[in-house]
Amino acid sequence: MKIAVCIKQVPDTANVKLDPETHTLKREGVESIVNPFDLFALEAALRIREQAGGEIVAITMGPPQAEAVIKEAIGYGVDEGLLLSDRAFAGADTWATTAALAKAIEGLGGVDLVVCGKQAVDGDTAQVGPGIAQRLGLPHVAFVKGFREIENRRLVVERQMDDGFDVVEMPLPGLITVVREVGEPRPPSLKGKMRAKKYAIPMKDAAQLGLEAGQVGLAGSFTQVVKVFAPSHGGERHRLEGPPEQTGAQVIDALVDNQVIMLGS
Amino acid sequence: MGVIIDKELCTGCGQCLDSCPFEALELEGDFAQVNDSCTLCGACAEACPEEAITVPEVERAQDGRAAQAKGVWVFAEQRGGQMPEVVAELLGQGRRLARELDVEVGAVLLGHGLDGMAGELFALGADVVYLADDPRLAEFNDDIYCTVLARLIAEHRPEVFLAGATSLGRSLIPRVATAAATGLTADCTGLAIDPDKRLLLQTRPAFGGNIMATIICPDARPQMATVRPRVMKRGGRQDGRQGRLVAVSLTPEDRAATQVLEVVQALDEQVNLTGAEVVVTGGRGLGGPEGFDLVRQLATALGGVVGATRGAVDSEWIGHAHQVGQTGRTVAPKLYIALGVSGAVQHLVGMQGSDNIVAVNNDPNAPIFDVAHYGIVGDLFEVAPAMLNRLKTLRGQG
Ligand SMILES: Cc1cc2nc3c(=O)[nH]c(=O)nc-3n(C[C@H](O)[C@H](O)[C@H](O)COP(=O)(O)OP(=O)(O)OC[C@H]3O[C@@H](n4cnc5c(N)ncnc54)[C@H](O)[C@@H]3O)c2cc1C
Ligand SMILES: Nc1ncnc2c1ncn2[C@@H]1O[C@H](COP(=O)(O)O)[C@@H](O)[C@H]1O
Repeated sequence: MKIAVCIKQVPDTANVKLDPETHTLKREGVESIVNPFDLFALEAALRIREQAGGEIVAITMGPPQAEAVIKEAIGYGVDEGLLLSDRAFAGADTWATTAALAKAIEGLGGVDLVVCGKQAVDGDTAQVGPGIAQRLGLPHVAFVKGFREIENRRLVVERQMDDGFDVVEMPLPGLITVVREVGEPRPPSLKGKMRAKKYAIPMKDAAQLGLEAGQVGLAGSFTQVVKVFAPSHGGERHRLEGPPEQTGAQVIDALVDNQVIMLGS
Repeated sequence: MGVIIDKELCTGCGQCLDSCPFEALELEGDFAQVNDSCTLCGACAEACPEEAITVPEVERAQDGRAAQAKGVWVFAEQRGGQMPEVVAELLGQGRRLARELDVEVGAVLLGHGLDGMAGELFALGADVVYLADDPRLAEFNDDIYCTVLARLIAEHRPEVFLAGATSLGRSLIPRVATAAATGLTADCTGLAIDPDKRLLLQTRPAFGGNIMATIICPDARPQMATVRPRVMKRGGRQDGRQGRLVAVSLTPEDRAATQVLEVVQALDEQVNLTGAEVVVTGGRGLGGPEGFDLVRQLATALGGVVGATRGAVDSEWIGHAHQVGQTGRTVAPKLYIALGVSGAVQHLVGMQGSDNIVAVNNDPNAPIFDVAHYGIVGDLFEVAPAMLNRLKTLRGQG
């Protein structure tokens, strides 16, 4: 089975604190990491390859330094990587992102399964996976939390829903996006790390993907950010200190007074 | 490509560096410099006290769709004949937007055997209901649902299309937007109309809720958004309100490639976090799995559901499905109670939109207090029982 995994480089928020005054990020030496959900996508792909055989290609679109996530993916054990990088990609919304990723997947030829993370933690859109599927004319199942059957021509997966989960059969080729429950990522192997050091990452720009400047990046996007501002954390803040019987009762009384808690139910 | 920094105006103060969510700005000598990580989000332009930063204007293709599109549509999601609460919220919001645009509200309902549901949509504010009732739509499959929706959009050209940011909506709607070749803004928490340009101003948290962004879709139509449940007010319900019913039929070729084999309702585990009005969350401060008994008691007393931090989930005190935060669910209930939760940024991003946040923590410096409306410094094993007692007293049960 030929599997493409889409992974994104995002700023690491693990060591970031919120500034209590401005509610913006205090960012001291924030590093870039693989989008946490995409580690689950990599893990899912590795497990599927274990069962069905085949090869995995990790694809990322980003600035030149995004090659770091491809190296990391090689370390985890994927077979090949591909970096899509072009100054013209900057400012892409999900429409323009899926344009590039879909072309790249098409260019690999004969991909049976595309695996994406549930969402990227910088934009939190969760739109790229289903968008790629539509562009490629593939079926998709989003928010996959487990696998029931893995075969060369079909998958049976568990899809997370708000009120439980569905068991869904999907013929291949197809696309899935995965959530954390698919399984904890394994650590990178020593062999993989060695290989990553030497691995020369193939790269493609917009022209090599067969895309024009107007189809990618900000110019190829339908949406436009017109304003960015700090969230207002509305409402008064109260600090309650004292004996627990008192503070516990106080907060309930305040919530009842403000009709947050209804007693009549 | 990147933002343009006017060296005449730049004083090298560095405020833009702090505002940038992508580390795309650096100080070089006395000036700010932009690097390849720039996504043109514009946060720096907003932050710059000297107005030295501009986001470049980019020519986009105009395709004239904006001039022809009319009407506000709402996707009336249903599963097994049940509509989530967000549908009523979307119709309430849809009515307000439609009034400003002076257009009708359409609701699109897909499924099978949905007798009576169209009437409910009229009562909730729809002027027109597009009803596709077909055995092939009985279960939710993205591809066939997308085919039907995209075809309806092409035929009727709504100018605005709203759906709930539920699991179903966030799986389906990106596919529909791609099929309709238009923009989509995910998980919006605010919607407004720019009346001059008839543009939908879509506001959403980005970068894990640390910045808010307002997004427009200037040319393509419809302007599509998924909307976070529980942030919009539902509209009034008017029994017996009438509207037009448009029956939509599928073509013989329409079929789903995927097949739902089984629908499992996880009702034993009360984890409908996204839809909950009250969430009581436990963190590592609970000390062990038994600590969740107290969390459950409080959740039950308040008619809420149980949430957990990743700390508690990783300690295997409770299942993944309960996790709130960056790698769990995002919630915005009316009441969020955090017991023994430190308030790591990855947790805060998943709950800071809640209307009322109560935090109990014995460390007065815990970051959770920065977002709490009621911050209680104390031992949760004393404070939470006191809360339960007070509830009982007020309800006349003790
Ligand atoms: C990529 C990434 C993604 C992540 N995603 C998430 C996510 O989705 N959700 C999430 O929650 N976390 C997430 N985390 C983890 C996050 O950084 C924190 O580690 C986690 O939220 C901490 O959980 P906690 O508050 O339960 O534990 P702790 O940080 O250990 O806090 C426990 C708190 O309980 C208090 N306490 C102890 N005893 C008592 C008592 N008797 N009474 C009152 N208070 C008491 C302590 O003062 C302390 O503040 C993520 C981390 C990474 C790196
Ligand atoms: N620039 C990118 N390069 C590679 N994969 C991406 C990129 N952006 C998004 N993805 C994939 O799409 C998923 C959803 O991202 P998003 O829609 O941005 O939340 C991610 O988890 C990745 O698997």
